[in-house]
Amino acid sequence: MSSHRVNIATARIDTTRPLSFTFDGRPYSGYAGDTLASALLAHGHRMLARSFKYGRPRGIVGAGAEEPNALVQVEAGALTIPNLKATQVELYQGLSGRRTTGWPSLEYDLKSLGGHFSRFMPAGFYYKTFQNRALWPRFEHIIRHAAGYGSAPVEPDPETYDHQHHHAEVLVVGGGAAGLLAALAAGRAGLDVILLDEQSELGGWLLSAPNSVIGGKSASAWLQDVAGELQSLSNVRIMTRTSAFALHDMNMIQAVEQLQDHLPPSERTKGQRRQRLHRIRASRVVLASGAIERPLVFGNNDLPGILTASAITTYLNRYAVAVGRRVLLLTSNDHAYQGACDLARSGASVVLADTRSVLNPAWERRARAAGVDVMAGYGIAEAHGGRAVKGAHLMRLDSDRNAVAGNGPFIDCDALGSSGGLSPTVHLYCHDGGRPQWDEKRLAFVASATGRAKAGIYVVGAAAGEFGLQKTLEQTRQTMTEALAASGKSSSLASFNLQTDEPDTIPARRIFRVPDGKLEGHGKKAFVDFQNDVAASDIHLAVRENYRSIEHIKRYTALGFGTDQGKLSNVNGFAIAAEALGKSIPEVGTTTYRPAYSPVTFGTLAGAHEGDTFEPRRFTAMQESHVRRGAEFEPVGQWLRPWYFPKSGEDLHAAVGRECLAARRGVGIMDASTLGKIDIRGKDVREFLNRVYANAWTQLAPGKCRYGLMLDENGMVTDDGVTACVTDNHFLMTTTTGGAARVMTWLEKWHQTEWPDLDVFMTSVTDHWATAAVVGPKSRQVLAKLCSDIDLSPGAFKFMDWREGTVAGVPARVFRISFSGELAFEVNIDASYGHHIWEALMQAGAEFDITPYGTETMHVLRAEKGFIIVGQDTDGSMTPFDLDMAWAVSMKKPFSFIGKRSFARSDTARSDRKQLVGLLTDDPKIVLKEGAQIIESDDIKSPMPMHGHVTSSYFSPELNRSIALAVVRDGISRRSDSGIKAGRDVLYAWAGGKAHKVKVVSPVFVDPEGARQNV
Amino acid sequence: MFVLYCPHCGEKREEEEFGYGGEAFIARPATPETLEDEAWGDYLFMRKNSKGWHWEMWSHNTGCRKFFVVKRNTATHAIEASWTLADGRKAFDAEGNTA
Amino acid sequence: MSVLAAAVAIPGTLVNKEYSLWTLFKQGLQHNEGWDPAWRSADPKPSYDFVIVGAGGHGLATAYYLAKDHGARNIAVIEKGYLGGGNTARNTTIVRSNYLWDESALLYEHSLKLWEGLTADLNFNIMLSQRGVFNLGHSLQDMRDIERRVNANNLNGIDAFVLDAAEVKRRIPLINTSSSARYPILGASFQPRAGVARHDAVAWGFARGASKYGVDIIENCEVTGLDITGGRIKGLQTSRGYIGAERVGCVAAGHSSVVAKMAGIRMPIESHPLQAFVSESLKPVLDTVVMSNAVHGYLSQSDKGELVIGAGIDHYNSYSQRGSPHVIEHTAAAIIELFPMFSRVRMNRQWGGIVDTTPDACPIISKTKIKGLYFNCGWGTGGFKATPGSGNVFAHTMAKDEPHPLNRAFALERFYTGHLIDEHGAAGVAH
Repeated sequence: MSSHRVNIATARIDTTRPLSFTFDGRPYSGYAGDTLASALLAHGHRMLARSFKYGRPRGIVGAGAEEPNALVQVEAGALTIPNLKATQVELYQGLSGRRTTGWPSLEYDLKSLGGHFSRFMPAGFYYKTFQNRALWPRFEHIIRHAAGYGSAPVEPDPETYDHQHHHAEVLVVGGGAAGLLAALAAGRAGLDVILLDEQSELGGWLLSAPNSVIGGKSASAWLQDVAGELQSLSNVRIMTRTSAFALHDMNMIQAVEQLQDHLPPSERTKGQRRQRLHRIRASRVVLASGAIERPLVFGNNDLPGILTASAITTYLNRYAVAVGRRVLLLTSNDHAYQGACDLARSGASVVLADTRSVLNPAWERRARAAGVDVMAGYGIAEAHGGRAVKGAHLMRLDSDRNAVAGNGPFIDCDALGSSGGLSPTVHLYCHDGGRPQWDEKRLAFVASATGRAKAGIYVVGAAAGEFGLQKTLEQTRQTMTEALAASGKSSSLASFNLQTDEPDTIPARRIFRVPDGKLEGHGKKAFVDFQNDVAASDIHLAVRENYRSIEHIKRYTALGFGTDQGKLSNVNGFAIAAEALGKSIPEVGTTTYRPAYSPVTFGTLAGAHEGDTFEPRRFTAMQESHVRRGAEFEPVGQWLRPWYFPKSGEDLHAAVGRECLAARRGVGIMDASTLGKIDIRGKDVREFLNRVYANAWTQLAPGKCRYGLMLDENGMVTDDGVTACVTDNHFLMTTTTGGAARVMTWLEKWHQTEWPDLDVFMTSVTDHWATAAVVGPKSRQVLAKLCSDIDLSPGAFKFMDWREGTVAGVPARVFRISFSGELAFEVNIDASYGHHIWEALMQAGAEFDITPYGTETMHVLRAEKGFIIVGQDTDGSMTPFDLDMAWAVSMKKPFSFIGKRSFARSDTARSDRKQLVGLLTDDPKIVLKEGAQIIESDDIKSPMPMHGHVTSSYFSPELNRSIALAVVRDGISRRSDSGIKAGRDVLYAWAGGKAHKVKVVSPVFVDPEGARQNV
Repeated sequence: MFVLYCPHCGEKREEEEFGYGGEAFIARPATPETLEDEAWGDYLFMRKNSKGWHWEMWSHNTGCRKFFVVKRNTATHAIEASWTLADGRKAFDAEGNTA
Repeated sequence: MSVLAAAVAIPGTLVNKEYSLWTLFKQGLQHNEGWDPAWRSADPKPSYDFVIVGAGGHGLATAYYLAKDHGARNIAVIEKGYLGGGNTARNTTIVRSNYLWDESALLYEHSLKLWEGLTADLNFNIMLSQRGVFNLGHSLQDMRDIERRVNANNLNGIDAFVLDAAEVKRRIPLINTSSSARYPILGASFQPRAGVARHDAVAWGFARGASKYGVDIIENCEVTGLDITGGRIKGLQTSRGYIGAERVGCVAAGHSSVVAKMAGIRMPIESHPLQAFVSESLKPVLDTVVMSNAVHGYLSQSDKGELVIGAGIDHYNSYSQRGSPHVIEHTAAAIIELFPMFSRVRMNRQWGGIVDTTPDACPIISKTKIKGLYFNCGWGTGGFKATPGSGNVFAHTMAKDEPHPLNRAFALERFYTGHLIDEHGAAGVAH
């Protein structure tokens, strides 16, 4: 049995299940039920950290989420976890933990040298120095490497996470006495209840005070009974190891459940999530989150071996660990007495120094009976010791004001616990805008029990400032009666025996910083925030320098910024600031409480949204055909589209060259299924189209298609596509692949908000249709083999017509439209036949060497024709006129279509705006970089005027030369297809340091008269 | 994270089902051509951006895909109610608001 | 001697000792009891030549440059809360100038140049850390846009490079450049001179700098009304009484619409929550700044060791400084996409600010139709990086009653002429 273990029958460790583990490479043993902290303390392990700024020795201070010092790295490699609080790490067989501070070693920390100069490193000292711009990066490098606790893993996380959503009528946060009672009340009333507790077992403080009596039973028996009844209720769900870390609008609580971390890696269930995020919507939230004891602030109060009094009690009663044999306790209130008694009974010699000169006689009697040496009216001037506390120098305190009244004895001790009172855990209460109130009687910021009842938020027990067990239970009973009444239920707790053996408490002394008879800053450093090395003197300095808002004080000193979120330090900090400012604590107020109550992994937040399931990938019905033919894919929005189809040994360039020529000379085939498709029906579709498109739709006859430009109200092109007239009141619109969803919402918004009178119904049918575009001079021959019921002859089936018929035995809509300038047929078919039609066309086209092609070849073909791609050749700042597409705008339409009015604005109406043109390089082999900037001189001096940029650039196999599209200021008037002129027509395309001379030409490079698509 | 009531579906649903539609009741001018640039620019871009009660639109994207009106406090996130566009307009006018 | 006493003792004069290693040493020997207020807290005078509404970084910088560059002396900065308590205290501290359009690029570059001299200029270490910024490209169109932006930056004299995926991986070893990623990283733009700075220090440094010139910094002073007669600003009603003013500059960020309303002006602004979060403090693991629009996340590691992560904007209007959790959840997922190993790292704290967004994602630095009333707002997510430049050109605009060449294009008129400077452009994806 390790040196500091004692025999506590009611302790929660299982001495029949010893566990071995290592810390910093050294072997240790503990028991099931231990935390890493309790197991280390059981071995008398004191110092396990060095402080952030001064490298001072630090040890365990708390017993839970409030722990500021004992940040450890658990496990190694891909499973490593940085910055766990040793007080929250459940011990398991073979656990390996490491310190996260102290370099080169814990015993000799480089930073501790700096510690000797701490007076020269007050809060904010770095703002005042390191001002040399040349040297600062080096200083910063040193600062960065001195900072930080644990190390992030460097391998991908092998474990997984997910989310679960719940609705509850009553959510109880905290499974201590108050939470248990609250859950019981709601559970007995038949409501759907969820009870959360962050620890491995229910009980909260009762686990640390097993000897208290409730309703004639010991606390541990009472706990067993209540927990047992709760478990028996089918309408109550109990979740342990589940920490509610945030409360959001409308009572949405986020909680993280630990599913695996308490098990040895070897025993973790494969496929089981590591952690789970629960999103809980609750009609009523009952916060039973308890309170955290705050330490008193005195000289050298950060020595290893100095803990909160409650932590020492917890280690004794819950973990059977005597932190020390000679324990000195310093308190300002009654709460430390029970622990003092228990310690004394466990065989420790206990001195209890109470800052009050008048004690609670009942407690004093009990303490003395237990053998505690009680001293009234004393404080600690400073603690002594190096790497562990060895004793403390007491001072007699003035009974009225916080000042030294006389000297006191030096007390030897190997453990020191202090209690400055309790701070309610009000974090969740404040996350969504709640404000805690300072209670001068309880000396705490408390959450109002029913102040937010309208919002469905209730607070019970210590969180509401009811610190004694008796008061806690009674207040919970009463608050739950109200909460249940609000749900139309009545409480069954009236008869419940809640009598405890607790004596009435008397007021605590209002003391935070224990005086040492010296001016602040002259005595030994008295720490407020351990993790950030914020001393009382730093707060005084901040105020002296006019950082007077509590937020300024926090930010200037880093008070409460640590991974403990100031659970121990904030209230002391606020109080000391108030003293320094000569204000009351409510005047000073609190900083804002922000989630997370305790840290939560990114993995938990992301849940299953990682790796392959980060976001869905969309594939067309032809996907399998594409994969089989070796396609390379390009992500386009949510879709993966074939990019090109390389044959063995081909690179992108070679494949695209082949694919382009096939489409121009023979026949190619492209999967166009990803284009957005919206089925629009109703008597007023034509009028609707007239309003949402720039061009006119009144005349479009059934069986015909038309290309349209969609603008925003600012007059800029946002989408384009071909729309077909099915019947007079039925149209099929296509949109860009990336724009489909956006356009659908856009159209619905206009219809519903501005023109509800129009008889129009829209349905997204993007996924209902599969589309194969058969492209090239031989496309008609291919289609003819599969389609007998459509007259494909040029006279009967003209360009921009569409026909209904049967292709490869399947009903189809065939569109004679072309994004390549070639004769082309787009075969649209029920998506479930997509694969069938693709393979049928490939087979029929075999004799013509039909060639599948992807987006890259599509781009080349359309660029050769000067067809734009919205989002590539446009960027939200291009009007139809800028694109030289006046033909797609009907200014004569009676209704002022969306965007029309904006054309008339002075800037939009300018004739010298950036306009779409073609560019040709002198050297036909040079393919300009897309994104190259257009300049008028190759004599580069920055900044210099830029006149546009290259939007699309390719090598055209058809022309055997490079071509480019660009937007160029006043481009249309610069166009000259007659060789490079002098003056402003001499332009250069500049990219990555190279300028290439270009001439501005028509964007239509191939078949300018458009003969080919009409054959 | 809000729970919004969709007056078309008659249900309270999570915010993630909805899309924000911006300030409500910005009417498109009947005859844009007759407007000065300033009036057109006001319609296009200028917004109330109220701090406090804000009449706004949401659309039930993954539900009925209908737009509706919500009166929400932009300072506290309190939501008073949801209406269909037509009923919302009535409630809006009844309070003596002007778009 | 109390702080107020200090202020009264030497009103309107230099209140601070020079900051240096030497004064640190001297003060250290004296238990740091001799430090003066970093800035002087003042009570409102009856009237000022210039009143700046909003003591964030931009407002304090405006006051500082009004005094330093334009010789103005009778200046007040009034703030409804505590100085530097708005977006200055809530951003992710990124500083860069690699914007696409000339107007923005030149303005932000002007700002970056000021950043580079700011620590010395203010005698206050604002901890500018030029660790470079990567803007990742995840699609062919992203890479086209990156190429276009980098070329434009270069021709505007701004340092910028296009890097391929291999080079990104070489410089950021932990990043996931696997081609099987949902949005594979194809490359990035890289601006070496970009980086991060200590956000609070910027506000405090400018406050101290302005204080040296006698600027009155008045906290807990909320504007409740504007006194406008004959189309001219005369003064302001505030929670601390009436303050007369020749010229008033509103630099109220998320609350600009609220102040504008008092002047009967509507702004092309919507205020949205913008959220961010930090991890626990870790040993150095990331020595640069990584931004990705495609997956919606950006991050850097602070000197204190926290991963500082910015989320996307919440779509709804809000002044609550709170956003919705699913936005944070999505951002965490985005970060894991880029850095899978960070899924075991823990979020320590999350928060929200109020960003004032405009239709073209560019600021408004402008005169108004009310004589003597100026607005500097609409910075959206780009405000922090612009702090010194914004204050500098706005001070010029207010002092000369005409825009500085660098902010001429950012006038309100553009929303009527159509001359928008569209920084977000259309959705990149189409075809």
